[in-house]
Amino acid sequence: MVRSHNPFELPLKIIGYIILILVTFMMVIPFVWMVSTSLRPQSTAFTYPPQLIPTEITFASYELLFTRVPFGRYFINTLVVTVFTVLGQLVITSLAAYGFARLKFMGRDLLFVLYLATMMIPYQVTLIPLFLIVFGLGWINTYQGLIIPGISSVFGIFLLRQSFLGVPSDYQDAARIDGANEFTIYWRIFLPLNGPALATLAVFAFMGTWTDLLWPLLVARTPEMRTLELGLAYFNASATAFRQTNWPLVMAAAVVVMLPVLVIYFFAQRYFIQGIALSGVKS
Amino acid sequence: MATANRTQAGVDHYVPAKQSLWKRFWSRSNERVGYLFILPSLIHLIIFVIIPLVFSLYLSFTDWRGPNFQNAPFVGLDNYEFLLGDRRYWNAMRNTAWYTILSVPGGMIASLIVALVMNQKLRGVYIFRTLFFMPVISSWVAVSVIWITLLDPNAGILNYVLRQFGIPPVNWLGDPATAMPSIVLISIWKGLGFQMVIWLAGLQAIPQELHEAAAIDGATRLQSFLRITLPLLAPTTFFLAVTGVIGSFQVFSPVYVITQGGPRGSTEVVVYNIYQRAFEVFDMGYAAAQAWVLFGVIFLATLVQLWYRRRQGEEVLF
Repeated sequence: MVRSHNPFELPLKIIGYIILILVTFMMVIPFVWMVSTSLRPQSTAFTYPPQLIPTEITFASYELLFTRVPFGRYFINTLVVTVFTVLGQLVITSLAAYGFARLKFMGRDLLFVLYLATMMIPYQVTLIPLFLIVFGLGWINTYQGLIIPGISSVFGIFLLRQSFLGVPSDYQDAARIDGANEFTIYWRIFLPLNGPALATLAVFAFMGTWTDLLWPLLVARTPEMRTLELGLAYFNASATAFRQTNWPLVMAAAVVVMLPVLVIYFFAQRYFIQGIALSGVKS
Repeated sequence: MATANRTQAGVDHYVPAKQSLWKRFWSRSNERVGYLFILPSLIHLIIFVIIPLVFSLYLSFTDWRGPNFQNAPFVGLDNYEFLLGDRRYWNAMRNTAWYTILSVPGGMIASLIVALVMNQKLRGVYIFRTLFFMPVISSWVAVSVIWITLLDPNAGILNYVLRQFGIPPVNWLGDPATAMPSIVLISIWKGLGFQMVIWLAGLQAIPQELHEAAAIDGATRLQSFLRITLPLLAPTTFFLAVTGVIGSFQVFSPVYVITQGGPRGSTEVVVYNIYQRAFEVFDMGYAAAQAWVLFGVIFLATLVQLWYRRRQGEEVLF
């Protein structure tokens, strides 16, 4: 190795670590601040200088969050919407991906190009008519209004199609000779063989739905239908409107919104980063 | 077995030309299965994407007010004409451009520096990667409320740190001059991990031998970076720039949560303007026209990207 003889190697490494540690501070302090503020009693929220580590710890804010504000309800709403959206996307996009990757039919490639072309449309363009359609269907302030527009995704079809294309065609042919129909091949061979791609898509759909703000903002009309993200936005707005922001309470709400995503992230990190990198390379 | 033979032997010439197109198509059971597989997604696409798209174009030519299907006179190009003179819209466009100019290069440079360090094969790098990626997966609303407190002029951490260096407190989100840069700062913070991962993928595609050869020829690290790394990163740079511009023109959540367009309209961006027009004053026809103009800007960026990828010899859509 030529590089190890470089006399600048060691100082460069040290500079590297210094940069990384500085960036780590910038990245992590806001999260530490969020958690520590949420554990603080209301009286010490505004101490100066600001304390990163609270001297006094209380869970009062969390208690308040689930008793005085319907955050439990928001949580259930978000869970329902996310679970059904993710399941819907997995089913609908994997079916379509199998069709596009492994079946022949008239107009298939043209149709696929049409699908891909819709990815170029920014969501703002279709947002207003989408709202009017959901309104016309009578789905405002309902779960189906929150869920159904999101149960398919062209990006997901694209992602799974790429993965399905990588399965050797021998598997498909062998199953056909054994008399398996296409659905059986899809269900018994393609889904089990493409676990990582399906996981990546599930993680993507989960993240996108759990943290979506704009669509719930339009569809949920009453507090009972709000999602966590929307609940937090309203909560923050009403808290600042009266100029007496209860920081520990708002931060506790932020923790509740973020915790499930962070927990899943730490366990399924691979799929998050893979998915992001993939969307970057291919989109 | 007959079906198997048919699919293999060039389907188009098999069926006698006399049959109608419909019969020809329906007689192939294999094809019917194909349509069944894509049917759910196609129905979804038609109802929730294609129809809204056409509907949106129509809306932009009407004076549609209110969510009900009543009283929507066709006004031709009036909305677009009004838009040309709409100072609020162009203020929002200018703010969005300002946001883009600050956040895209800023984010790219910051994340490139971090990616270059991470690419040095330091120990424990994956721990840093995990941490840097946390903001990427966090929700915009949660991130926004955290930063509202961090940037608080009196009790916020940032002003506290600055005060240690003798810098007087800044009213970050309350001053029209600093509100947009603050939102840019938050966006860069949130997107750093994403851009870093993309940079890293680009960096790792560069063969190590090139740097070694350059070192043997006596090139310094800086020369090696400028002459080898940067040129070979061009596709990545281009990708991040274009997607960054597209994303920046669509910024909404931080503005909605943190500043609501204020102070004094200094953070009012295009999508926030569209949102207010459509869903706060229910001026939906005009808002649709605004959205189409935004689409035009974004489409330009997309075309540039397609052109570049074609030039690179890649197979692109059209």
